[in-house]
Amino acid sequence: MPADGLNERPIRVVLAKLGLDGHDRGIKIVARILRDAGMEVIYLGLRQTTASIVAAAEEEDADAIGLSMHNAGHLALAPKMLAAMHDADLDIPLIIGGIVPDVDIPVLTDAGVAAILGPGAPAEEVVAAVRNAVSR
Amino acid sequence: MSIGNLSIDDLMDAGLAGNRRALGRLLTMIENGGAPANDIANRSHRAQRGAPVIGITGAPGAGKSTLTGQLLRRLPALGLRPAVIAVDPSSPLTGGAILGDRVRMDDVAGDNGFIRSVATRGHAGGLALSVPGCARLFDAAGFDPVLIETVGVGQVEVDVAGAADTTVVVVNPGWGDAVQANKAGLLEVADVFVINKADRAGANDTRRDLDLMLDLSHVSGLHGEYRPPIVMTTATDGEGIDALWDAVEAHRNYLNHSGELNRRRKKRFRFEVASRMNDQLAEIVATLTDSTIADDDRSPAEVSRELLERMLNPAHERLR
Repeated sequence: MPADGLNERPIRVVLAKLGLDGHDRGIKIVARILRDAGMEVIYLGLRQTTASIVAAAEEEDADAIGLSMHNAGHLALAPKMLAAMHDADLDIPLIIGGIVPDVDIPVLTDAGVAAILGPGAPAEEVVAAVRNAVSR
Repeated sequence: MSIGNLSIDDLMDAGLAGNRRALGRLLTMIENGGAPANDIANRSHRAQRGAPVIGITGAPGAGKSTLTGQLLRRLPALGLRPAVIAVDPSSPLTGGAILGDRVRMDDVAGDNGFIRSVATRGHAGGLALSVPGCARLFDAAGFDPVLIETVGVGQVEVDVAGAADTTVVVVNPGWGDAVQANKAGLLEVADVFVINKADRAGANDTRRDLDLMLDLSHVSGLHGEYRPPIVMTTATDGEGIDALWDAVEAHRNYLNHSGELNRRRKKRFRFEVASRMNDQLAEIVATLTDSTIADDDRSPAEVSRELLERMLNPAHERLR
């Protein structure tokens, strides 16, 4: 048996970019931040579909999904992602990071997005958002 | 299907019937160890179908994930339903990990196969138990073949990849000369060599060095019965992938005809039994030594001898 604590399961997060959106600098930094907070980050990279993200989250038994969005597509894509998760009975939180105008934030949270992280969010905030979303 | 409240019974039923979420959860339970993991291990053992287990190992950046991704793309066309266990290291400082192998396999997940990323979690013994456990569950659920991808840098990773029916070792042009080829222990576990990035300069030199090493080996040399083939690939554009699969199949045939498969699987069984016993013994040893008080008169050798006797002979303890 491992020593105390080693047997506790780390939080597992699937990180991806959905659709046509090549700005992956932020999501790679977030991957590092979450890793440094002791989480296991399953990084899917660019050009994912709602189906490929759901499949990965199922296969990886993920505790949360994080999407990076820098293409102004969040109002169209986030509800599609939530619908795909709902259809698969995937009851885990969806967190969005990237460029989301303030007026859109309540639209997304009302739709069921657990947290939204904007540019410049400090590492502590990113980690806390994931921890809170997972423990809810 | 929501799986939050399902029992292991229900999860096994759903998982063996191909439900992805149930399988994903069972794999987590295997990784976490303990009684549920043992329960799943026992059930999968009895539901085994004997799918080929193929280890793919090599240095970081050699192209293991890209090669695996290419295999995943081709195998469904052959009527196969592959599963992948992709092992990546955990940070020794924070315990976290970035599991990035799926980036190179991104269009394959879903109906045609199953990919699971596994972090080493800084616990060597755990990996040696959990990876074969995951492989057996995949086998029981009808996946064929099971591919295990590990970074071949530590003994444990070599052990894990080496605990396969067929071990593929991936190297690159310019990775080292003939001396390296002879000293690197990783090469001794190879059943198939891949020189990936073969479009780069020096691929033929690397091939010659590997060939020379194989010539000199008493296992694979002129009088050996099996000589690991060397396959040249350029994984990014799919070059050589068919040849790689042919080589894996040829090794499979050799395993079947020579009786080596049976021998390897028996050896693997014994290795797993030993790993489990070591795990359990380590726990007992930790408990015993925790309660031991340093004694100036008796040496550590004497104290350990006495504790061992007490551990192995509890009846003797009761008589006193």
